[in-house]
Amino acid sequence: MDKVMVCLKRVVDYNVRVRVKPDNSGVVTEGVKMSINPFDEIALEEALRMREQGNASEVFVVSIGSSDCQQQLRTGLAMGADRAILIETDAEIEPLAAARIFLQLIEKEQPGLVILGKQAIDDDNSQTPQMLATLWDRPQATFASKLELIDGKAIVTREVDAGLEVIEVDLPAVLSVDLRLNEPRYVKLPDIMKAKKKPFETLAIADLDVDIAPQFETVTVEAPESRQRGEMVADVAGLIGALKEKGFSL
Amino acid sequence: MSKVLIIAEHDGSCLNLSTAKTLSCALTVGAGAIDIVVLGSGCDAIAAEAAALAGVARVLTVDRAENAAPLAAVLAPQAAALAGDYQYVFGPSTTFGKDLMPRIAALLGVGQLSDIMEVLDAQTFRRPIYAGNAIVTVKAPANQTLVATVRVASYRAAEAGGSAVVESATVDAALPSHTRYVELKSGGGDRPDLQVASIVVSGGRGVGSAENFEILYSLADKLGAGVGASRAAVDAGYVPNEMQVGQTGKIIAPDLYIAFGISGAIQHLTGIKDAGTIVAINKDPEAPIFEIADIGLVADLFEVIPELDRQLGG
Repeated sequence: MDKVMVCLKRVVDYNVRVRVKPDNSGVVTEGVKMSINPFDEIALEEALRMREQGNASEVFVVSIGSSDCQQQLRTGLAMGADRAILIETDAEIEPLAAARIFLQLIEKEQPGLVILGKQAIDDDNSQTPQMLATLWDRPQATFASKLELIDGKAIVTREVDAGLEVIEVDLPAVLSVDLRLNEPRYVKLPDIMKAKKKPFETLAIADLDVDIAPQFETVTVEAPESRQRGEMVADVAGLIGALKEKGFSL
Repeated sequence: MSKVLIIAEHDGSCLNLSTAKTLSCALTVGAGAIDIVVLGSGCDAIAAEAAALAGVARVLTVDRAENAAPLAAVLAPQAAALAGDYQYVFGPSTTFGKDLMPRIAALLGVGQLSDIMEVLDAQTFRRPIYAGNAIVTVKAPANQTLVATVRVASYRAAEAGGSAVVESATVDAALPSHTRYVELKSGGGDRPDLQVASIVVSGGRGVGSAENFEILYSLADKLGAGVGASRAAVDAGYVPNEMQVGQTGKIIAPDLYIAFGISGAIQHLTGIKDAGTIVAINKDPEAPIFEIADIGLVADLFEVIPELDRQLGG
């Protein structure tokens, strides 16, 4: 089978309580733990399992961002990816630009499957996989919770609002993965050492012919309004009374 | 004047309430006209429902067999072909809209704005980032079509009372055959959909087992409520995935949310903070959910639910 490409985004670790900067220009990222976007980690785990089951010849990981993204790509290599590519830029990359960049790599690498997380937990856009599939003119299977590969096709179970939807897509395709697809493996220390010897390629964004100019302008970033603690009632009668006071007739 | 095109969400027979919520958002951008397009197969009844929403100018239908299932790869080229006359193309930020809208945006060669929660002016919008832990105000470019999804939890459904014209539209778009629908496995039954239910009854790890969830189901049926669950309850295997409420599940905004045995992890609270009234019942007086609940009761849910049943005339 073919190569599998996995896209990893460096984001604020999901355990960090995010704080808005006092000048409202963004959220605090200085001195904050950064990690692979958790959904992208699931994407990588799925690709590694494919390779281990003989369904992929190679797994390579790709990231777009500053040189700091090397850390997340190295973690991806330690998890088991064969090689890594960093598209280095300090610019803010919107999903459409990310999709255009990934498309260039696809054209060069010709993967049989591209796997990404269903969304990044920083911007929560949930756009890049769908845009990439569109620009590539290939199928997408978003929010995947189960993947089966049969004869050049993928049978994908998708977590949709109404339940579980099953679709069949021809390969190559783009898969965006949901939380329950798998449980990513832990990285062991010897793997971190081994990962240092794996191929690591860095490309300057200027070397790609891609329009990355942002379309949207961030005006301000604010903390959300928080809910206040309400009243405590003593028993069920008190509960029903309090609900009636709020206008509910149950 | 600018115009908005809304992509209707439906299940093949009924319009999803998310469409009326998307319309409520569209009504605030100050456009001259709002049209809704129904991409479906045999969609006259759905179009009639859309036409009855107040504030809609026209309902366009694209009725063809390929549209029987909501496949983004099939629907997107048709929506993009119709988008040319519009300054705004909106869809709901449900799994349907999240799957489809970026595909439309990419076909049009424009970026997308996800999860509009408030419209400040024709080009300026607020949306949540970091799972709602920050709210960003974003300015969209004025010289191109704005493709966006609307955060349904932030809007009430637009009222009925309209009588829009229904027109059949023909689109010239090549449809791919590389994506095929197989089936939908639904665990929901007849209870109201979580994202549109006005009352939601929800259970956490404290419920203890799949069997024990039965008492929540029967209470929900008495109240006409939807049933949700915390991630802990889903991970413990008490209920199926689609019932999960929270950052990694569904973000909901019912008028009344009643949480039984849910401690209130941040990721769960993210999913309910737009609810009208939050009621929490938990044995643990220190449970974090009490910090945000409008009405709290420290008690055993297995005593509270039967008592509620009795007092509500069960």
